[in-house]
Amino acid sequence: MKQFFAFVEKEFYHIFRDKATMLIILLMPVVQVLIFGFAITTDIQNTEIAVLDQCNTPESRTLVAKMDAGSYFQVSGYLDSPEQIDEVFKKGKIKMAVVIPPGFSRDLTEGETAQVQLVTDATNPNEASIITGYLQNIIGAFAMELKPENPPLPMVNVETRMLYNPQLKSAYTFVPGVIGLVLMLICTLMTSVSIVREREHGTMEALLVAPSKPIYIIFAKTVPYFCISIFNLLVIILLSIFAFDVPIRGSFLMFFLASITYIFTSLCLGIFISTVSKTQQIAMIISLMGLMLPTVLLSGLMFPIESMPALLQGLSYLLPARWFIDMGRVIMIKGLGFSYIWMQWTILMGMAAVFLALSVRGFKVRLT
Amino acid sequence: MDNSVIVSDIGKCFGHGNHKVRALDGVSLQVKRGELFGLIGPDGAGKTTLFRIVASLMLPDCGHAEVEGFDTVAQYREIRKIIGYMPGRFSLYQDLSVEENLKFFATLFGSDIKKSYPGIQPIYRYLEPFKKRKAGKLSGGMKQKLALCCALIHDPKVLLLDEPTTGVDPVSRKEFWEMLGLLQDKGITVIASTPYMNEAMRCHRVCLLQNGKVVGCDSPENIRRAFPFKVLSVKSAEMFRLLEELRRYPGCHACYPFGAYHHFYCKQGSVQADTLQQFLENQGYTDIKIKESEPTIEDCFMDLMSQGGKDGN
Repeated sequence: MKQFFAFVEKEFYHIFRDKATMLIILLMPVVQVLIFGFAITTDIQNTEIAVLDQCNTPESRTLVAKMDAGSYFQVSGYLDSPEQIDEVFKKGKIKMAVVIPPGFSRDLTEGETAQVQLVTDATNPNEASIITGYLQNIIGAFAMELKPENPPLPMVNVETRMLYNPQLKSAYTFVPGVIGLVLMLICTLMTSVSIVREREHGTMEALLVAPSKPIYIIFAKTVPYFCISIFNLLVIILLSIFAFDVPIRGSFLMFFLASITYIFTSLCLGIFISTVSKTQQIAMIISLMGLMLPTVLLSGLMFPIESMPALLQGLSYLLPARWFIDMGRVIMIKGLGFSYIWMQWTILMGMAAVFLALSVRGFKVRLT
Repeated sequence: MDNSVIVSDIGKCFGHGNHKVRALDGVSLQVKRGELFGLIGPDGAGKTTLFRIVASLMLPDCGHAEVEGFDTVAQYREIRKIIGYMPGRFSLYQDLSVEENLKFFATLFGSDIKKSYPGIQPIYRYLEPFKKRKAGKLSGGMKQKLALCCALIHDPKVLLLDEPTTGVDPVSRKEFWEMLGLLQDKGITVIASTPYMNEAMRCHRVCLLQNGKVVGCDSPENIRRAFPFKVLSVKSAEMFRLLEELRRYPGCHACYPFGAYHHFYCKQGSVQADTLQQFLENQGYTDIKIKESEPTIEDCFMDLMSQGGKDGN
């Protein structure tokens, strides 16, 4: 046991004395959470639209004013003819054009169904459908206000309620994902170079010739990063609460437990990469290219896993981040307890055990 | 059994296919307990590979080696408890201080600095003033002393030193070998390699390794005595032309530059100093000086190596 603590002490010295490493592991999470958190967002904010008001009556002007009123849209241009619509889209500044036909006011006052045309730039289909939906809501509200005593009569009255995230804030889905991504980067990247670095620097030669147990060497490498990751985790949680207004609705302890399990799994994965890589560069490439990219794309951080092809869905099961993001959303956003995350938690623990076992087995007791 | 290290018929290759390099080729040697054994050879002779195999850090392709009766392959755990190994490349932690490095390695071996202090004191006293300094900031000689301390911290039975004095200034080199002499008194078996021939004289026995083969192994005194040639040290104003001239001279076995003189080897009685002097004067050399000298260990190695080279090709 004394041996083990000597190893841990040495690892702490390595980290604390390397200013570059310290800077990376303490600053990187903050910067990444902020960048990812603010960049990865599907919220509609200040979308610029153009209006072709062929009616130009008090009613039509009220409608345009309503569109402009909220923070969602900004009317940035008034068009004079339908030909201009094509032109403004080509310039690319406008996401949507609203056409109010000449008969708009007349239809309204005569009780007919008035027409409004929405022309959208569907280069980004998701965004196009989202902004169309938002604008339809605004127009719907306008219609209700105008004739509250005589609402349109659809055959089926659909009432929707958005559970857990009624304002449809995208931060709610992204923040748990970003936490998963950032922790994975720190833990895996840092540990993946740790063992192979000793091989490259030649210090492994002196280490191996001493009667040191591989499990000690391996475990000791994870301890300091584990401590630092917990510190980082707390910083990230504070950021998500205060910078992104994402609450932790479930138990904080539960979220903490889920996170440290995930941290541990990521560390074991990093160690495993380190035992199989021949050089530090290979280890970095594996953990950056081989892990970060799939984590961003396949873990459900950005795109729903359910809509992926079966092969990619299968791949996503192998990513620790997938299970953590799942747990994060369940605890933070839905506010549910352990009985809803036990499966994900068990899978992460299993992964950690497998990586650790493979690392100990794969640890070379000789030079190659 | 009074052999501490036994190496028998070890072979080791690196690389694949056309790039295969035979680092060791049927190397056998025995080192007696308590002996200071020198492994001499040029760069690439296979010294480091041999050390790594004996230290259980590398598997031989064929043959086997044992240290204090333990097999280096099957019983590598036992071996790692009783050997001290100082790799050729500085392999301590540069970002840890002298004291921290020592403490770490002491703990690894289940000891601590206090317990091991008497064992390393003769060497550590040189380092003690710098014990707070980071290992990476030490001079070359200090680094080697620290590495030796770390290798000695658990009172090993066998000490393997891979080129401990390479890159170290002559004064520190001399000090270092004096320290190895101190270890002799404690009965530790020491195997040290060096590319410097003059250090070989300090060993009880030396083994000359070349191209992965043993070309000679005996005590320095015996090696010197077995030298079959007369050595003439020759000097003149024009050293470069002189070397070629001497090599062409009838009866010349070989001739190598040795500092201020050229060493001219010839069969006993085949060349007389004054006839050579006469000859060189006729060739227009000035300031000629010829003296007969005792063969040094370097003479022997130069000759052994030239033979080894012929065998190898």
